[in-house]
Amino acid sequence: MPCIEARGLRKSYGSTIALDGIDLRVDDGRILGIIGPNGAGKTTALYAILGLTPYQGELRVLGRDPWSERDRLMCDVCFIADVAVLPRWIRVSQALDYVAGVHPRFDRAKAEAFLAKTSIKTTSKVRELSKGMVTQLHLALVMAIDARLLVLDEPTLGLDILYRKQFYDSLLNDYFDRNRTIVVTTHQVEEIQHVFTDLVFINQGRIVFSCSMEQIESRYMEVMVHPDRMDAARSLKPIYERQVFGRAVLLFDHGDRQQLAALGEVRTPSVADLFVAVMSNQAGQAQGAV
Amino acid sequence: MNTTNTPSSATPVQTQAIRPLYWTVRRELWENRYVYWAPLAVAAIFVIAHLIGMIHLPAEMRQLSSLDPEKCREAILKPYDTASGFMMGAFILVTIFYCAEALHGERRDRSILFWKSLPVSDRTAVLAKASIPFVILPVLTFAITVVLQYLILLLSSAALLASGMSVASLWSHLPILEMSLLLLYHIVTVHALWPAPIYCWLLLVSGWARRAPFLWAALPVLVIAGVEKIAFHTQYFATLVAYRLIGMTAPASFTPHNAHPTDPMTHITPTPFLLSPGLWIGLVIAVAFLAAAVRLRRQQGPI
Repeated sequence: MPCIEARGLRKSYGSTIALDGIDLRVDDGRILGIIGPNGAGKTTALYAILGLTPYQGELRVLGRDPWSERDRLMCDVCFIADVAVLPRWIRVSQALDYVAGVHPRFDRAKAEAFLAKTSIKTTSKVRELSKGMVTQLHLALVMAIDARLLVLDEPTLGLDILYRKQFYDSLLNDYFDRNRTIVVTTHQVEEIQHVFTDLVFINQGRIVFSCSMEQIESRYMEVMVHPDRMDAARSLKPIYERQVFGRAVLLFDHGDRQQLAALGEVRTPSVADLFVAVMSNQAGQAQGAV
Repeated sequence: MNTTNTPSSATPVQTQAIRPLYWTVRRELWENRYVYWAPLAVAAIFVIAHLIGMIHLPAEMRQLSSLDPEKCREAILKPYDTASGFMMGAFILVTIFYCAEALHGERRDRSILFWKSLPVSDRTAVLAKASIPFVILPVLTFAITVVLQYLILLLSSAALLASGMSVASLWSHLPILEMSLLLLYHIVTVHALWPAPIYCWLLLVSGWARRAPFLWAALPVLVIAGVEKIAFHTQYFATLVAYRLIGMTAPASFTPHNAHPTDPMTHITPTPFLLSPGLWIGLVIAVAFLAAAVRLRRQQGPI
């Protein structure tokens, strides 16, 4: 049984189509990054997965229908939807009490151990904590829950680089094991691309790209082409071309490594570059269609 | 299909009992501390006012002995009636304020996304909120009012003894235990059950309105009452709502001389109350509003 399985997932708000037929399968033990421009439908997709919004189409999360079984699903699923959703009036100790009182898989000692490593006092109220500390607190609560699926929607938005790095380090070192599944949406792709095992690009409510990280390494190559070999390089049909310091960098899908090596320096493209390439081609196609 | 085995830990980590409703009610009290501070403050102010008023007490008691027994009894009961009257007023105010905010605040501060990330159903969340006007506040108001009445009695007795008077007439006219039981009956029937549809309406609108939930709750009442007044020159609807809210038409008891419902001379009438269609129609409407509030909470996200 896959962790998440969606077929033809659709959702519209009035005349705006937020999800336009998403097919997605996430197996246990994967870390999926969902990348997309603002308004692409990432958050709507996550809300559907978490049972926060009704949808059309088929969707099973851990074998359950999220919309009708949200409360039962939440025994095995955790999420941090956006930063700063912890209520400002709550004390750290009350947050621990509450989660311990309602969640059968919460290990209070683990959360307290994590908090002891931070400068958060259990008597503090959330409103007295900095944004970074609130995220640490939320992470402490979530990591102490023995869940099978963790969903993070822009979990580090607005945090400084130190907190962002700590966040993902804690997640990978103290939390993730091969039995858990993590789904992350983020704009800060560069920082966490090494974390992902799979990648999905969403644009205008559709999945426009879906690939495992291993596939990306074997499939996509980026070549910084010598100026005198540009014609040869372009004849190999790169999917995208950009300029870096006056040199052309061409991106190839399914290229022949040896052939490309003759044209210039070959390397694996970053997720951000791949994203820009895919999105630009999308826009080009859309214009061509009109 | 539903293999719920967790490979990462074979034994459950849980050490304490899982009680979602209990903890969600406590959560409400953590967030809305005015639920107990407001009645306590009213009671405290009443005690202070009574302390000031006690200067006149010995003189009043001397006058009383010359009155006929019925007038004397009424005069002695008066501060206790006034005390419970003020506490009922505080109860109604706190309830209206709480219910109009209950399902709105969590959406406004986006914390609904946190609450919904936990295995607590929308029904539990709404029931926990409904328990404030229907269980927590009635019990609290009852307890605080009883303590307040005992305090007034003790203070009055102390004042009388200090001025060398007997407390016999004071104590003999005050069946304080009976008064407490009447008070409990009064709160449950007149202030919890009878106005139930109004409280649940406020809860429902607080879960629907994007802003100003109290306005959206009150506006339809005003409009319907206005239309009725202009079109038919009657005011049944406005009277119905107002009387429901303050519990005036509840057939729970009758007092022989228009005194306060906790007056020991009050005759409680539980059977007519329980048989009155008004009660049951109100409760059915209240349950329907609550069910709608549960559905709404399931669909609503942060605003």
